[in-house]
Amino acid sequence: MLEIRNISINFKDFALKEVSMKVEPGDYLTLLGISGAGKTVILEVLAGLLKPDSGQVLWNGKDITSMKIQERPVGLVYQDLSLFPHLTVYENIAFALRCRKFNKHSIAGKVNELSKLTGVGHLLERYPGTLSGGEAQRVAIARTLSADPEILLLDEPLSSLDITLRAGLINLLKEINQSGKTIIHVTHDYDEVATLSNKVAVIENGKLVQSGLTREVFRNPANAFVARFSKSKNLLPCSISLTREGLLLAKVNDQCQIYFSGTTNSKAGFVVIPAEDIILTEKRVDSSAMNQLEGTIKETWLTSAGVELLVDAGAEFVVAVTRVSFEKLHLHPGQKIWLSFKASAVKFFGD
Amino acid sequence: MLQNRLLNVVFLFLSGLILLFIVAPLAGMFLKTSVSAYVDTATDPQVMSSIRLTLFSSLVGTIIFGIAAVPLAYLLARKNFPGKSIVNGIVDLPVIIPHSAAGIAILGVFGRNSLVGGVGESVGIQFVGGFAGIVVAMAFVSIPFLISAARDGFAAVPVKLENAALNLGASPWRVFFRISLPLAKRSILSGLVLMWARGLSEFGAVIIIAYHPMITPVLIWERFTSFGLKYATPVAAIFVVVCLVIFILMRLLSRDPLHARN
Repeated sequence: MLEIRNISINFKDFALKEVSMKVEPGDYLTLLGISGAGKTVILEVLAGLLKPDSGQVLWNGKDITSMKIQERPVGLVYQDLSLFPHLTVYENIAFALRCRKFNKHSIAGKVNELSKLTGVGHLLERYPGTLSGGEAQRVAIARTLSADPEILLLDEPLSSLDITLRAGLINLLKEINQSGKTIIHVTHDYDEVATLSNKVAVIENGKLVQSGLTREVFRNPANAFVARFSKSKNLLPCSISLTREGLLLAKVNDQCQIYFSGTTNSKAGFVVIPAEDIILTEKRVDSSAMNQLEGTIKETWLTSAGVELLVDAGAEFVVAVTRVSFEKLHLHPGQKIWLSFKASAVKFFGD
Repeated sequence: MLQNRLLNVVFLFLSGLILLFIVAPLAGMFLKTSVSAYVDTATDPQVMSSIRLTLFSSLVGTIIFGIAAVPLAYLLARKNFPGKSIVNGIVDLPVIIPHSAAGIAILGVFGRNSLVGGVGESVGIQFVGGFAGIVVAMAFVSIPFLISAARDGFAAVPVKLENAALNLGASPWRVFFRISLPLAKRSILSGLVLMWARGLSEFGAVIIIAYHPMITPVLIWERFTSFGLKYATPVAAIFVVVCLVIFILMRLLSRDPLHARN
């Protein structure tokens, strides 16, 4: 098990503050945050490229904070890949094997096996400068796997790839993880987190703001920052007041006020209304829903789950409906429509 | 547009003047010499053995001192240490000081009465008036060219590549020999060629430590002072041609067409 304990590093214009986390064998952990949040710094501390000012890195209980780079149990795939430009793809993959003094025969066997796994078998004689982005990414992964690290560290491995190449690489990463390899994957993309990882750690401004099982973190985001990352639709900035009935009222703007339940001391923050929790009706209907807003459909688009609509009801709301409802109600841009949702469906994040 | 044209004309004119300034004296030297003078000089054993000595001693100096200079260049490119700018300054010193002064300074260290000179002589290496002295003098004045080329070469190798190699389990030695050195190879080779070329053209420092055996720059000077321009010019012309041919050949060889793309 890998454990990071209270790691802090100070740079001139940035600091990583007291980051702690645990990674169990077989985990697929994503480090999620915007660029400059300190995700890569964490990878570099794990790889030994940066020495923390304080805190420890433990591997199976042993302190490896000051261990030499070449002796650490981690393999790092840089964002820019850093393939050796003067070596062929074969030699790039064989590099770690030569370091470990494998004989020629086993090197050939291992390179063959890894190039098959990563799908670069036809590129072995090429030089890195002649590879496409997706090919180079696969070679970099094969090269790192050849060192047989306990933990694979990936820095934004999908960011430079187009959508078809991404799908292929996502499958490869899943396969590698399913074969038992622990992976720590740095990303700023929620889709990657949702698709790949069983655990996520959200980093904001050098601080770990939330970590845990991926579905738990996104079901219960700890703050608006996490909520925004989870691509929560309808994340609306608002000011807060208390109604006579004891409900909280979020004022998004003059035309849009939203009731919600709970307690808060904050005067302002964000409300999130899940797109799936909003009901559309042609007329105002009496129901238990505290929030009833009239709006106009501005846009509609298909999604894999059905249809989403953008509705202007004082503020802009995204509403998700099934294709069946969409057709039944003959929904179309320009149409007047009522939105309703329960006060309990609204999540509030105070500033 | 008009201004651009004016700029082009002025710049082209000045560039042409400078090129003429370099080429004209050399061309004059070649054209002034008769064919028979070339033939006579080219078959003069003293001239030929002097050219061989010059090329060889500079080559030996380049190889011996280059082996230690490359690690120094690597340290200067990669490590930060107190006094680094002073070390960088020291490395450039031989370029700045007058070469006769360099010769005097070398004589102080390698002369017969000095420690190094004395030890050398006791094992049969003669610096003053000897091959070893020529090698040392040539290397002294030319080594900054190698160090700065190699330093720039190493500095251009991304540290990330070295870290990636370490991360793959390579020892620092392996990283140096398999990653840093091959990637800086072109710069180092070009530094070696420059060092060698600068070494074989040295006159001031060499003449102070070793008038004999006579390297070609000394021979040219000797023929000029003893017999006049007419006798010195063919030797100079032939030496320049030999140097140019070898220099161009080595430049071509140190090109790396295979990896040029990367």
